[in-house]
Amino acid sequence: MSADTRAVGQVVAEKTLTLTRDSLVRYAGASGDFNPIHYRDDVATSVGLPGVLAHGMLTMGAAVQPVVDWLASDGRPGDGGWVTDYQVRFTRPVPVDATIGAELTIVAKIGQLDVEAKNARIDLTVTFDGATVLGKAQVRVAWA
Amino acid sequence: MNPALAGRSFPPVAPYLVGREKVREFARATSSTSPLSFDPEAARAAGFADVVAPPTFAIVVQESTLQQLLDAPDAGIDFTRVVHGDQRFTYTRPIVAGDELTATLTVASVKSLGGHSMVTAESVMTDAAGEHVVTATSTLVVRGDE
Repeated sequence: MSADTRAVGQVVAEKTLTLTRDSLVRYAGASGDFNPIHYRDDVATSVGLPGVLAHGMLTMGAAVQPVVDWLASDGRPGDGGWVTDYQVRFTRPVPVDATIGAELTIVAKIGQLDVEAKNARIDLTVTFDGATVLGKAQVRVAWA
Repeated sequence: MNPALAGRSFPPVAPYLVGREKVREFARATSSTSPLSFDPEAARAAGFADVVAPPTFAIVVQESTLQQLLDAPDAGIDFTRVVHGDQRFTYTRPIVAGDELTATLTVASVKSLGGHSMVTAESVMTDAAGEHVVTATSTLVVRGDE
């Protein structure tokens, strides 16, 4: 599909992703965020949380990957695509069950498109357990 | 929280050298499968000097600047009550392995809302040539007494 047939509202990527406790430990090491609410249930519950939560930054980081993949896919808007701006609001925590983990659903849709200027805004809807967990999740992308 | 924090700039933190393996480790941890983040040849073919960091990688560098804010003796921020509210990254170019990034934090605003406080902090990151690479902006919410 060529860029000029793209339109606002088009879904460019969809993905289901399961975060497990292993994912959280891996992210803690990679990011340097060792807050124990992300790996110890006793600490999480002592501060009034339902249990271990995913790092908000892990959810943010994983949620943008379908857009990164889209920019390199056959359906890409143009060559040299990259993420120029990315913002989210953390609206709801993601508890990660020790056994089954937490299943996130990510839908990436074109929110704004400027074919001439070769950039777009992609809006993400990230859902856990039937509710969105990120607000105003917007990815600005540009290509050559 | 101390409202006088608004507008304050902190000294730049020691430069952060972006390593290739750190980029790969962070990419794996955020479910990336992009060859640009793992394969230097693929990155070079696409016009980059080395592997390209995922879009949220700048948080690794921003962390030490946020720590300056949390540690400021007159800030009055109780870390155990801090919740991450908003996050944004605004790039001039992608971060690649080999970059030496220097981050400088400025407190953009301090607000109070219904017993909670909110602080918005911007960390501006420049490369070894002094050129802007990315600005990372965090809003931290400090919960008030219940």
